[in-house]
Parts: sequence; structure tokens; C-alpha cells
Amino acid sequence: MNPLSLIVRVGCDIFAWFMLVFGTNVIIHGYMSPGGGFQGGAIAATFIVFLLVAYGSRRVHSWVNEGIYDVLFDELGLLSFIILAFLGLPTSFFFNYLATPLGVASPWFTPGAGTIFFMSIAVGIEVTGALSLVILNMHRGIRLFSESPMEEELGHDR
Amino acid sequence: MNLNEHLPALLLAVPLLGAFTAPLFSLGGKFLRNAALLAATFLTLVVAFLLWRHVSAAGVAVYVMGAKSAALTLPSGMKFPIRIILEVDAFSAFMALTGAIASFAGALFSLNYMNRFTGLNRFVSLYCLLTAGMLGMMVTGDLFNFFVFFEVASIASFGLIAFWRDKPEAIEASFKYALVSQVASMFILVAAGALYGKYNILNMAAMGSVLTLGTLEKVALVFLVGALACKCGAFPMHMWLPDAYAEAPSGVTCLLVAVSQASLYGLMRVCFSLYGVTLGSSFLPWVIILLGLASMFFGVSMAVVQHEIKRLMGYHSVSQVGYMLLGLGAGLLVLPDPAALASYGLTAISGGIYHMFNYTMYKALLFLTAGAIYYATGTRDLNEMGGLAKKMPYTTFMFVIAAAAISGLPPFNGFVSKLLIYESVFAIHPALTVVALLTSVLTLASFVKVFQTAFLGPRKFSLSGVKEVPSGMLLGMTVLTVAIIGASLFPTWTLSHLVEPAAKALVDQGAYIGAVMGGGM
Repeated sequence: MNPLSLIVRVGCDIFAWFMLVFGTNVIIHGYMSPGGGFQGGAIAATFIVFLLVAYGSRRVHSWVNEGIYDVLFDELGLLSFIILAFLGLPTSFFFNYLATPLGVASPWFTPGAGTIFFMSIAVGIEVTGALSLVILNMHRGIRLFSESPMEEELGHDR
Repeated sequence: MNLNEHLPALLLAVPLLGAFTAPLFSLGGKFLRNAALLAATFLTLVVAFLLWRHVSAAGVAVYVMGAKSAALTLPSGMKFPIRIILEVDAFSAFMALTGAIASFAGALFSLNYMNRFTGLNRFVSLYCLLTAGMLGMMVTGDLFNFFVFFEVASIASFGLIAFWRDKPEAIEASFKYALVSQVASMFILVAAGALYGKYNILNMAAMGSVLTLGTLEKVALVFLVGALACKCGAFPMHMWLPDAYAEAPSGVTCLLVAVSQASLYGLMRVCFSLYGVTLGSSFLPWVIILLGLASMFFGVSMAVVQHEIKRLMGYHSVSQVGYMLLGLGAGLLVLPDPAALASYGLTAISGGIYHMFNYTMYKALLFLTAGAIYYATGTRDLNEMGGLAKKMPYTTFMFVIAAAAISGLPPFNGFVSKLLIYESVFAIHPALTVVALLTSVLTLASFVKVFQTAFLGPRKFSLSGVKEVPSGMLLGMTVLTVAIIGASLFPTWTLSHLVEPAAKALVDQGAYIGAVMGGGM
């Protein structure tokens, strides 16, 4: 895919960041408003789609370090999610040990939703990373088949 | 903290943790990654064993995710259970143990087998995820979560079947499996949605307690049975199975065998625990029996003519699934009749359940030996093999044990479960036994063919450099061989401690409902 015109690229430069901010907003307020981790993550992942459409795949792939999405985002999200679940174990798996009853001020800086707040953020981080990776990989998949034959694995017959 | 109480959740949490941490461990190199895979599957096996021991001692285990106490299904006087509930009775625990053994053996085997390929951190993640999905299907007490775990298992298997993504056949097999699985999972979603719309509950036990048979329930049942029969590889919907089993890496095929048993488990759970005696007519049991007969006969007759070793075994899977459908269908047929249930129905169900265990063990072992042959010789075509017995003595030994078990030769466990099925379905109609016996004979014929062409006969010049496979692969096969020999040496213990409690739990709908809804149902 080739880069689009200057107007589109400038528009993307401005609005891609707004998508990121909007996605983050949906993630952070996920515990008490419509949306949540998955939805906010999906919105945040449109950042990379904006870039791919406006700047073309060749340039975007040279900017992106997939290890960041793979290890930092995915791992951070997944691990914090399951560790939050594990921490409830003395009572039960996924037990909400940070929650406070309605109307009682939380002793921590966290909202009364407790672990749901953190889990929503964990899911948001995970989905941002995973969906961005899916988009990048699918996009590269198109290029692989159109530009060069696939690399073969060694060791099994064809 | 009482560990026993948390075992059902740990059974899912351990492989999930393995799947999530695998990319992290992979950063530390090959050794750490392999250790993570082994540790995750081995710990899962340990948890499954402890859970089975706990359930056989203390009865049905219930686990409520996120509740104030793990067994609190009906908080503050509610009429219907809330939250995600796991429910493990003797049948679920038995299946989970079976699946965990296959998963551990496959992981052990894959360490050496997958050594030559790239992208293994993803392999480890997907493998653990598939294990978690399979175990989730076996322990969940909730129809919608069954769908979720069904999807988790399906999506992990798409990736694993197409793991050799440069191979067009693997992509094709995975795509075919993806189509079939997606249609099946949409069927389950529609059925769960329909039942939820009518009863406002998704918990299987709670739904079982209020279910009355009307048109909607019949339609939902058709969708559920169709989808699950499709996924366990029963005859008319079996076309994905030989492709998927043949093209997946062998360690994965070993696990896929157990995953197909999870679908069969779901089918039985729906028929016995959700609908149970409210089924009313003998129509569905006969459909299951006929599906079983057709799978048995057509599966084996397709298998006899194959000359590609893993495809041949894949078709045998279709025919073996037929035995279980036959046994469990026969049990379902006599479920409303206590006298017939006691005299032969329970035997049929025991036979079916025991066959699920046996089938998982010996079929997984057969696929592993096929993988070992492929690893050593580089071919899967039987016509290009010959005289391997001298070169690969351990593999040959384990293949012989597995082949004898699948053919139902007397001292082995396959014989015991098949005999239970023969003698019980004979009481319904002798023709059922005749088809089952004929299938067994053809199975033996086909494995004699494999043994003769691959292991005996003149040594091929092209195979002169063949060596025995590395010890990790042998160990993986040994785990399953030990399970087969153990079940063969102690058939009475296995039947009375493993199989019969599972069969009784499956039939006892009241206990399944009572564990969630409280005693007074």
C-alpha cells in the first residue's frame, strides 16, 4: 500500500492521537460506563490502522518494533490480569479484595470497583497490543504473498 | 487456605498462567521455554489428579469464581445461582485427568519433536491455551462458559494445526477445521441463547432443574447435539478430522485427541445432566446409537484403504468415537427405565466412559509413534517404510502395545471396554454387537497391515540411516504406555475406582443439580 496525499497524512497526524486518548478514556472508565477494556483497547488499536492507511505499510513496518507490542503490551496485560485473579485466591479465584461497599469511601486511591478497575485496564492494555499485532501481521501477510515466496521451514517434507 | 477447595479453579489457572508466561520465559532461551511448557503441563496433571482424588472422596465439587466463599452458589437467599460456576463431578474429574495425562505426554514428546522448528514460544502458548480450553470444557457448569472454552480450544487448535504454515496441506486442514468449528460454536451459542431467553439462567444444573421439554428445548437440543457430534468427529461430519489430525504436529495431535473427547463429554453432559429423563422419547438415543454405528463402520472402512500413517489413524479415530457414542447412546436409551439401567444400561455407560479413557491413551500413543516414525524416517507413507523394528525397538514395542489395545486384543484395556459395550448393547439388539465386532476385526486387520509394512519386512536401503528417536520423545510415549499397561494390569481397580464412579455420576442428574441448587431438589 502506498502513502496517501499530504492532506490525509496531516489529518492522520492529528486524529490518530485523539483515537489513542479516546481509547484510553474508554479503558479507564470501563468499570462504570459503557465500554471497557476490550472496547477501549480496540479503539486504541485503530491508531496503527490510521498510520497504515495514511503512511503505507512499508514505512509503518519500519517504524514499529513488534517486540514492544508482543512482550510489553500483551505480557503486561495478560500477566497483571491473571495475577490480580490469583491474588484473590485465599478467598476465591477472581475475588474482588479491593472493593468497597456502595457509599463508603475507598481507603485506597482506587475506585470502589476494586480489582474490576485494574482488570479493565489490564484487558485494555492486552487488547491494544494484541489487535495492533493482528493488524500488522495480517497486513504483512498480504505483502508476503504478493511480493516474495514464503520462507520454508526446514525438517519436514512437502 | 484450603487447597482442595480451590482445585477446580487451579485446574484452569495453571495452564492459563503457563500460556501467559510462555513468551516471557522464551526470552530466557530454549531451556527456560521448554521448562515452562513441562512445568505447566505437569502441574496441570498434578492438579487434575488431586482434584480427581478430592472428588472421589468428597463428592461433587463446586467452585464459584469471585465469591466470598468458593462454594457459595446461592448468595443471600437467591433462587438462581450467579457468577461463573465450575462444577466437577466424578465424570468431569475423570475426563480432566485423562486430558491432563494426554497433555503432559504430548508436551514431553514435543520438546524434541518440535526442536527443529521456529516460533516455538507461540507453540508453547497455544499448547497451554488448548489445554486450558479443553479442561475448561470439562469442568465448567455453565452453558455459556462451555461455549467460551469451546472457542478458546478451537482457536488455539487452528493455530496449532497450521503450525507448519508453509505447508499448504496444513493451512487447508486448519481452514477446514476452522469452518467446522465456527459453525459448531455458533450452533452452541444459538442453543445457549435460546435456552437463556426462555429460562433466564445459563447454569446447567439450575437449568436442568427447571427444564421441561417443548419445541424450543428440542430445537436447542438438536443444535447442541449437532454441534458437539460434529466436533467429536462422528460420521457424517467427520471430514475435518483425518486432515486435521494428520497435518498437526504429532504432539499436538495427541492433545487434539483429548480435545475431541471434551466435545464428547459436553454431548454427554447435555444429554444426561441438562435434559436427562425429560428427554422422554427414545428418538435421540437412537440417533446417537446410529451415529455411533455409522461412525464405527464407515470410519474403519475408510481407514483400511489408507496408506498414509497419520491419516489412517485419523480415520480410526472416527471409528473409535463410534464405540463411545454406541455405549453412551445405549445408556441414554434405558435411562428412564431403572431395571434396564441397572441390568445393562450402567454397563454400557461404563463401557463408553472407559473407552473414552482407553481411546485417549492408545490413540494418543499411536499418533506419537507415528510422529516418531516420521521424525526418524522423514516420511508418513507406509509404502516407503519397512524393517523399522530393528532400528527403533522402543518405538516398535510401544506401537505394538497401542495397536493391540486399539484392536481389543484380550489382556489390554481396549478389550475390557469393548467387551463391556458388546455385552450391554447385545441386550438392546444383537445387530449392534455384530457391527461393533466387525469394526474391531477390521481395526485389527488395518493395524496388522501397519505393523507389517512399517516395522517388519525387508529393510529399505533408503532407510539405512534411521536411528531410534531422542529420549524426550520416548519418555512422552512411555507416559501413555504406562497408563495403558496400568489399566490393563488392574482392570478391576480401574473399573471400580475410576470408571464406575464416573458412570454413576453421569446418570445421577439429581446430585449434579443438588450440588449447585442445594440439597432439597
